[in-house]
Amino acid sequence: MKLLAVTACPTGIAHTYMAAEALEVAAEEAGHEIVVETQGSAGSTPFTPEQLAEADAIILAADVEVRDKDRFAHLPTVTAGVKKAIGGAAGLIEQAVAAAEAAPKGATGSAAPAEPQLAVKQSGPGAGSKVRGWLMTGVSYVIPFVAAGGLLIALGFALGGYQISDAPSVTQSFSWTSHLSWAALLFQLGSLAFGLLVPVLSGFIAYAIADRPALVPGFVGGLVAVQTHAGFLGGLVSGLLAGGLIFWMKKWRAPKALAGIMPVLVLPLVGTAVIGGIMFVVIGQPLAAVTTGLTDWLNSLSGSNAVLLGALLGAMMAFDMGGPVNKAAYAFAVAGLSTNSQTALLIMAAVMAAGMTPPLALALASTVRKKLFTEAERENGRAAWLLGISFITEGAIPFAAADPFRVIPSIMAGSAVTGALSMAFGSTLRAPHGGIFVVPLIGNPIGYLIAIVAGTLVSAALVILLKSAGQRRSATTTESAPAPRAAAHA
Amino acid sequence: MTEPQSALITADLVDLDLPSANRRAAVGALAERLQKAGRVTDLTQFLADIEAREQQMPTGLEGGIGIPHCRSAAVTAPSLAFGRSTAGVDFGAEDGPARLVFMIAAPEGGDTDHMTVLAALARRLVRKAFKDELLGATDAGHVADYIRKEVGA
Repeated sequence: MKLLAVTACPTGIAHTYMAAEALEVAAEEAGHEIVVETQGSAGSTPFTPEQLAEADAIILAADVEVRDKDRFAHLPTVTAGVKKAIGGAAGLIEQAVAAAEAAPKGATGSAAPAEPQLAVKQSGPGAGSKVRGWLMTGVSYVIPFVAAGGLLIALGFALGGYQISDAPSVTQSFSWTSHLSWAALLFQLGSLAFGLLVPVLSGFIAYAIADRPALVPGFVGGLVAVQTHAGFLGGLVSGLLAGGLIFWMKKWRAPKALAGIMPVLVLPLVGTAVIGGIMFVVIGQPLAAVTTGLTDWLNSLSGSNAVLLGALLGAMMAFDMGGPVNKAAYAFAVAGLSTNSQTALLIMAAVMAAGMTPPLALALASTVRKKLFTEAERENGRAAWLLGISFITEGAIPFAAADPFRVIPSIMAGSAVTGALSMAFGSTLRAPHGGIFVVPLIGNPIGYLIAIVAGTLVSAALVILLKSAGQRRSATTTESAPAPRAAAHA
Repeated sequence: MTEPQSALITADLVDLDLPSANRRAAVGALAERLQKAGRVTDLTQFLADIEAREQQMPTGLEGGIGIPHCRSAAVTAPSLAFGRSTAGVDFGAEDGPARLVFMIAAPEGGDTDHMTVLAALARRLVRKAFKDELLGATDAGHVADYIRKEVGA
């Protein structure tokens, strides 16, 4: 990969060059090419138009305003303080590579420098790819949590059956010889890992925007999203808010007495109080009202057309994967189980099927159309097969967080199809979860399977369609872009 | 080896046993060496400029390095004074005190040609081999020779 970097510091005699050296060393070690423009007192050699046209991403490591920023407005950008580049150059290179991978292929080589009049108009896509870069950073950190946590939970189910979720805590009872104890251990470890999913997503989105001081507000904001059941969409919001707030606060000119403790104390402290407060009061409270409203509304629907209800519940399951809408649909189904009525069993079956579809669909899409997904997403896709059949809907979160406006509508449509078909086929289920491991408990399992496959195909097709349409649009302006470059050789 | 007066660093600008009571003591000792060598005209002015930069953001870096530096009207030529401390001097780095202290003095209106030597020095500071050599050195003259050879000045 070909990277650019600009380094600049207030005095222009030390940090600028140390950062440049550190970035060059780190890039070489990671097998990438990098050109650094040192905007310091020893004069700087500006990037050539060829370098600007061929670059995949740029790192701005500066404590002062970077000169002539519009030259690289077309590139995915990673911004950091100059000290960060000296101590954490490898991390910045990693972020830049992630940002480049997140940007649509071809759009980066848009030859903007050769046509300066275009460069001004490019501020739109530039901002868009910036946001995508931030989201991708968060997603790349969250994927291992999804995979490890999800597989632990699935193993727990496989070993202990679906009731393993009701097992007592392993801190209270653990028997070395009981397979149920081991299953409970795996399940509970997996659940803990999943509890970190939204905080990690939120924390690293904030980190990508505003560096280390944003980590605490980002993580805590994500924890509040978990507490208020705001789900991963809440985590996206808290991560972006926390990053934005700290980014803005960093521009304050702190009084000298405070300057030294700004990044380690003042920014995290104030940022966490503000973001946590917003997440609890401004977002959490209305969200609780929405959840109650949705539940009441669903209750009022009982007795209406079963197929339509299945479609609605299915779409809700896929909308926010663990957020308030998903929770409302799922809780509605589980609450019905205690009544033991036939309708309740139908609803439970539809809801679980619809919750299995999203990870399966994205696993399928990222297998058949590899080019539409980043390397990190493809890796997540491999785990998503297993997560999907285990009814661990969260397996689709990394995909949805990276590209919400294309992925969420697609998986909602597929899950609606699955929910409706499951109802139409009259499949029933008396267990609240378990996925593939509770097949023996499912009434009309063949119809159930058809419903899941149909929804998976619909979602996968839609995701591929929307993603390729998005890429084609951005590619039309770059017909003359250079052919795909050979892998970087350092 | 002869030591041209215009060189970035000379043996008398090396202090292998730097006063380490606090940052000011360490900075003061190195600044005095620069003054004695005729590279700093007004010590008070120079120290104030160094302190002003330090207040903007501490110059301590991870890995036990401090780089007090400034551009100052009191400086006559781009210069480096180097100090090594066994106990370490706190320069505000997150991972602890600095054992290697590089005081970089740049003249206020220095043209870019003169500054390239400082840029080359800064680049060496992030290299482990460079730091290791200085940590192990026993002779001030050798240290000055080594640094001049590394930065090509």
